[in-house]
Amino acid sequence: MNNPLAPADGRGAPLAVARDVWKSYDRGRVEVLRGASLTVRAGELVALWGSSGSGKSTLLHLLGGLDTPDRGELQVCGLDPREERARLELRRRHLGFVFQLHNLVPDLTVEENIRLPALALGAGPAEMAARVRVLADRVGLADRLRHRAQDLSGGERQRVAICRALMNSPRLLLADEPTGSLDEATGENVFALLRELARAERAAVLLCTHERRFAEACDRLLRVRAGRVEEV
Amino acid sequence: MIRFRYLTLALTNLRRHRLRALIGVAGIAFGVAAMLAILAVVHGAIGMFERILNTDSDYLVFERKVSDLFFSSVTPDQLAAVRARPEVAEAHPMLFGIVSAEDHPVVTCFGIEAADPRLRRAHWLSGSPERFGQKAGEIFLGSRAAEFLEARAGDTVEIGRGEFTVGGVFRTENGFEDGGVFLPLKEAQAFFHREDTASIVAVKLRDAARGAEFKAALEAAEPGVMALENREFSRSYNSFKILHVTAWAVGLCAFVLGGLGVANTMLLSVFGRIRELAVLRVCGFSAGQVAALVLAESLVLATAGLALGAVLGGAVLAVLARLPGLQGYLSARLTAPVAAGVVATAFVTALAGALYPAWHASRIQPAEALRYE
Ligand SMILES: Nc1ncnc2c1ncn2[C@@H]1O[C@H](COP(=O)(O)OP(=O)(O)O)[C@@H](O)[C@H]1O
Ligand SMILES: [Mg+2]
Repeated sequence: MNNPLAPADGRGAPLAVARDVWKSYDRGRVEVLRGASLTVRAGELVALWGSSGSGKSTLLHLLGGLDTPDRGELQVCGLDPREERARLELRRRHLGFVFQLHNLVPDLTVEENIRLPALALGAGPAEMAARVRVLADRVGLADRLRHRAQDLSGGERQRVAICRALMNSPRLLLADEPTGSLDEATGENVFALLRELARAERAAVLLCTHERRFAEACDRLLRVRAGRVEEV
Repeated sequence: MIRFRYLTLALTNLRRHRLRALIGVAGIAFGVAAMLAILAVVHGAIGMFERILNTDSDYLVFERKVSDLFFSSVTPDQLAAVRARPEVAEAHPMLFGIVSAEDHPVVTCFGIEAADPRLRRAHWLSGSPERFGQKAGEIFLGSRAAEFLEARAGDTVEIGRGEFTVGGVFRTENGFEDGGVFLPLKEAQAFFHREDTASIVAVKLRDAARGAEFKAALEAAEPGVMALENREFSRSYNSFKILHVTAWAVGLCAFVLGGLGVANTMLLSVFGRIRELAVLRVCGFSAGQVAALVLAESLVLATAGLALGAVLGGAVLAVLARLPGLQGYLSARLTAPVAAGVVATAFVTALAGALYPAWHASRIQPAEALRYE
């Protein structure tokens, strides 16, 4: 079993820690997590692998402060995602989210979509424009900034979503099946871009996936089974 | 600055559902137009009536404690007392009455003396002011009254239970007067069974600065009447107050409907993009920022509604002003308080209509909203 409080054994400092986390739905009728624990360290790319319905998304949502555990401890970037105030701070400055569906605003342009997190922070327009250009350039969308999100292909949209997640330079990217709705070649491409960009941005990634090939391409592989997380 | 950039988001969403946005805008616009039209008509009517009373006078004398001037009686003794005051230059009694003519259930009648200044100021189309009150059974018509009674000088018209000969027709600027029938005071008193009384006495002072003195002395000597300065009268006259309140109340009702339109538009707008709003939350928008976004959207609707409503209201007024029946009664002037009131009402209505949708939007739980992929 993976012990989150174990010494850092030479790797980066712990960025996200879950300890003995329990979560059920429908008033306890659906027990999803039963004592799950994990650690993600600064800069690493960690796969959260498991069959569909095993609780990967649930764990990710708990770490990201989108939902609250029944019990157990969570710490992300020094904040407790169970607290409302910490959640806003986490979402604004420390975390980036990428989902299976890109979740872009369809009639905003690529640039406007990427900007959204900076808009929430009240960043200045010049500062935002520069940052957008750097990110879009990295994923090969620099010439499509003025296009509407709805006019892009699935792979392109997911690349925009990755840029958006990295807009405020988060330290941890929470990616929930980002390749789940893409064909094989496009999926490979998006995964590669995600890995590259996160490395360049020095952001750690916790990647939920049910696909073994992506899980094995990560630095570390954690398996979700029977409500717990085990190191593979 | 942050708020200004919300505007892009708000506009984007409105553009997405143009018809829906338009319905919200139309709700506000109708409210604005209705309010402008109603207020213009009421203020026009009040202004008109004020001017009848204020013509060439500084003070109005009428019976103490009457609810409406039509019920006021000033006796000949009281009139004499007014005229005897040294501060008074001129005093003109006037009796109001309502009669009905064929097809015209409400015709305003004015009983005045031959010396009344408004006769001399009018533009006479036939007859002359010198003729007024010279012959028994003669009445004089405002030009619009002459039009709708289809009468010319020399014709016989039936008014109430009596038959009269038209002695002359004149045009005045004042809608009430122009649509009115003028009788010599004595004949009006007989016709309306008011003995020797007048409704009001319009008083012109030798020195307008000595008004307070005049008022105090008159009211002490004649406790049955009261004297009010014209401006003071307009403010305190009950019927004007009732009209004002009614106009604003009717206008506000129109706005409530507009507010419901906004509420409906904004509710659809929020329910239709729960997921998108959840994504904004995930991107770091606070609950307050999401609510502000919804409110900003409704403010855009209100602004567009105001603009459209002003155009619409202007058009309605232009049409009303051309209706022969309303000629002279309308005040198309937009006073600053009315403009401010309409603008404020539009924004308050839009915000009120968006309050629940905004609250709902701010309570969206991202995890739930994003679960169904
Ligand atoms: N809000 C919810 N209400 C009820 N059941 C839920 C809810 N969210 C998730 N579940 C259930 O919890 C289990 C784990 O879901 P999830 O974490 O999405 O799994 P994964 O992402 O590994 O596919 C599933 O059986 C799912 O149906
Ligand atoms: Mg999932």
